Amino acid sequence: MKPTTPALALAIALALPALAACTHNTTSAKGGGGERTISVTSTDDSCTLSTDTAPAGNLVYQVQNKGSRVTEFYLYAEDGLRIVGEVENVGPGLSRDLVLNVPPGSYVPACKPGMAGKGIRSDFTVTGSQQTGRQGAVAGATRRQVETANRQYGSYVRDQTEQLIAGTRRFVAAYKAGNDDLARSLYARTRVHWERIEPVAESFGDLDPRMDLREADLAQGQRWTGWHRIEKDLWPPSKGYRALSQRQRATYADRLLADTETLAARVPKLRFTVDQIGNGAKSLLDEVATGKVTGEEEAWSHTDLYDFQANVDGARVAFEGLKPVLSHKDPVLERQIARRFAALQRLLDRYRVGKDGFVSYTDLSTSQVRALSDAVNALSEPLSRLTAAVAL
Amino acid sequence: MSDPAAPPPHDRRGLSRRRLLGYAGAGAAVGAAGFAGGMGTARATDTPPAAGAYAFHGRHQAGIVSPAQDRLHFAAFDVTTTSRAELVMLLKSWTAAAAAMSRGLPVGGGTPLPYDSPPADTGEALGLPPSRLTLTFGFGPGLFRDANGHDRFGIDHRRPKALRTLPHFPADNLKPERSGGDLCVQACADDPQVAVHAIRNLSRIAFGSAALRWSQLGFGRTSSTSTSQATPRNLFGFKDGTDNLKAEEGSAVDRFVWVAPEDDPAARWLSDGSYLVARRINMAIEPWDRTALSEQERLIGRDRAHGAPLSGGSEHTAPSFSTRGSDGKPLMAMDSHVRLAHPSHNDGVRMLRRGYNFTDGNDELGRLDAGLFFIAYVRDPDRQYIPMQTRLSQRDGLMEYLQHTGSALFAVPPGVRRGGFVGEALFA
Repeated sequence: MKPTTPALALAIALALPALAACTHNTTSAKGGGGERTISVTSTDDSCTLSTDTAPAGNLVYQVQNKGSRVTEFYLYAEDGLRIVGEVENVGPGLSRDLVLNVPPGSYVPACKPGMAGKGIRSDFTVTGSQQTGRQGAVAGATRRQVETANRQYGSYVRDQTEQLIAGTRRFVAAYKAGNDDLARSLYARTRVHWERIEPVAESFGDLDPRMDLREADLAQGQRWTGWHRIEKDLWPPSKGYRALSQRQRATYADRLLADTETLAARVPKLRFTVDQIGNGAKSLLDEVATGKVTGEEEAWSHTDLYDFQANVDGARVAFEGLKPVLSHKDPVLERQIARRFAALQRLLDRYRVGKDGFVSYTDLSTSQVRALSDAVNALSEPLSRLTAAVAL
Repeated sequence: MSDPAAPPPHDRRGLSRRRLLGYAGAGAAVGAAGFAGGMGTARATDTPPAAGAYAFHGRHQAGIVSPAQDRLHFAAFDVTTTSRAELVMLLKSWTAAAAAMSRGLPVGGGTPLPYDSPPADTGEALGLPPSRLTLTFGFGPGLFRDANGHDRFGIDHRRPKALRTLPHFPADNLKPERSGGDLCVQACADDPQVAVHAIRNLSRIAFGSAALRWSQLGFGRTSSTSTSQATPRNLFGFKDGTDNLKAEEGSAVDRFVWVAPEDDPAARWLSDGSYLVARRINMAIEPWDRTALSEQERLIGRDRAHGAPLSGGSEHTAPSFSTRGSDGKPLMAMDSHVRLAHPSHNDGVRMLRRGYNFTDGNDELGRLDAGLFFIAYVRDPDRQYIPMQTRLSQRDGLMEYLQHTGSALFAVPPGVRRGGFVGEALFA
């Protein structure tokens, strides 16, 4: 891990806005033209929209907070309950856009200065001839897909955590027993379970530095523990390194296992939202781009390609869970991401050894690293648009 | 559509970067959200190109005879896709982004995106004027065929015959990581941030289709391409490019810069285009600075103060190569740079130079890593560049202080018509 990586916020799942599609589109003529901008002025006691009607299609609610308190803007469905879209935490003096694809119908816009209460509401009509019945059905299907995606991702994270615990027990036992060959062979194969869910693991700010800090990331006076401390002892530098004693080994090993157990106990309580899953996929590719493809993560074992593959695995699982939602909302993006995952995997497969192994990072030539980096960039760029495409 | 580079729905949505900032700043705290809010105000208004903008569309690409701007960011790319359709899509996306940025507009035209989406434009040029930005695109030999001679995109039969890797010149010390490339973009602007912003955004658009191979920053133009400009100085301290081809010399530009339809029947798509020669030329700065002025002027062939030829007159006086001094030797030394590079010693051919000074920090010995990033536009490199460089590399006295460390040749397609894309005729 890198200490600067922003942790994935793990809030309790929000009620998921259903209808609205992310459609920033710069070219699309969907809905009969480009987007329309509706300015929304929120003050402490008023909520003024520049119009109360707009044609169906891409709408941009440009929310300006001219009040003195932090505000929010919601677009509710006709029932005044179901959220079609929202922007939150708009500070005084700031502006923010809400971009939505809105089918014909009646809506209830609301500003919430102070972020409390039912808000200052009005009526808004979206005109047009799209079949609201069909839209409603799509929205219903999407809502179910979103729920499925969230649930499946939660299961995946729990499954990986369980495998991480089991693997760590075996690894720790081998290391404490001085069975270094076995410990070395288990090291990367166990860590893949961590790397697959790295943004989730990193979200526990107390555990992550104890478990996954690299020597180069240490602050002055900070005690170095965790996977990479043991890694160095198993793949020691040829000069100037004093091997850990039996007692020291036991200390580091027991602590790693205890921290892993704490992690495993917390994970079942987590609930995921599609934007967390989408951002998690992006973070995993960022991990690859900044740590693995440069060979910085596994400075002693050079098993970076295992981590690389595991990060990609985790990102792909996240993407595949969201695929049904994405193929509704942006099929072009879905196909592009799928193609680039496949291209990156083909490249990674060249460096496989045996059933589940990889060559050492140090065996890669500069041009091979470059090709891997290009493939990561190629995937990361469209993947960075996944969250917005599914979350709105 | 999810392509941040796709053209805006209406080209007249124009909201300049400066106006964008102005709006967001009006009575509002300008933070990140302020910018986002400002974007939302984009309305379809008929904004003429802002002052200080060069037209992107035209018969020829901008950035060639356009009066040279002060700053350069030059980038060469390797094409990584094997799909012709993806390559064409890249060129279309680049064209749309270049047209917007040339007018001072953000990539994507300022169309609002969801808050959960990364912005289409990277943002560092918001609030800056167009700064005379020009973006000039070129195609390297590797775009047509790979190292094994295979036709990459079904266009090899249209490869211009003069488009190939430049030959090895004596004393070349070329670094592969600073040479070649399948595509190039020359970004010139009066503000370095505007030029770098352009290359950064074009690189971002290219991910998955093309990857940055090398790039070069230049901080001071070393050539004038218009009679309205004063002659600048290179890092040797001398005026450089006094006799350069100028935009105002219409017939000479036609003769020496623009490719004519009959030049290469297999590559008619290149007519009204040109060839771009790029050479990264390192200067031995410290030894040069210890060289007597007499020797410096003798090697160049001009006086340092005014740029006059040593045969006499003022800067724009034609040099006389036959005038001799008291010792009976020519005042313009036989191995002087101006003599060897002069058209009269090169079968009368000229070129349009558009180079920039560069300094990339220093090496581990504390020597400046600096020199001239030479760019020249020619109608035919086989006649206008290769013979001259061969002579210079063999005989130019200045070569003692020069080392060529990067090299590339690109075919520069003609200008883009409205609604078209750069290189369209090649893929027609």
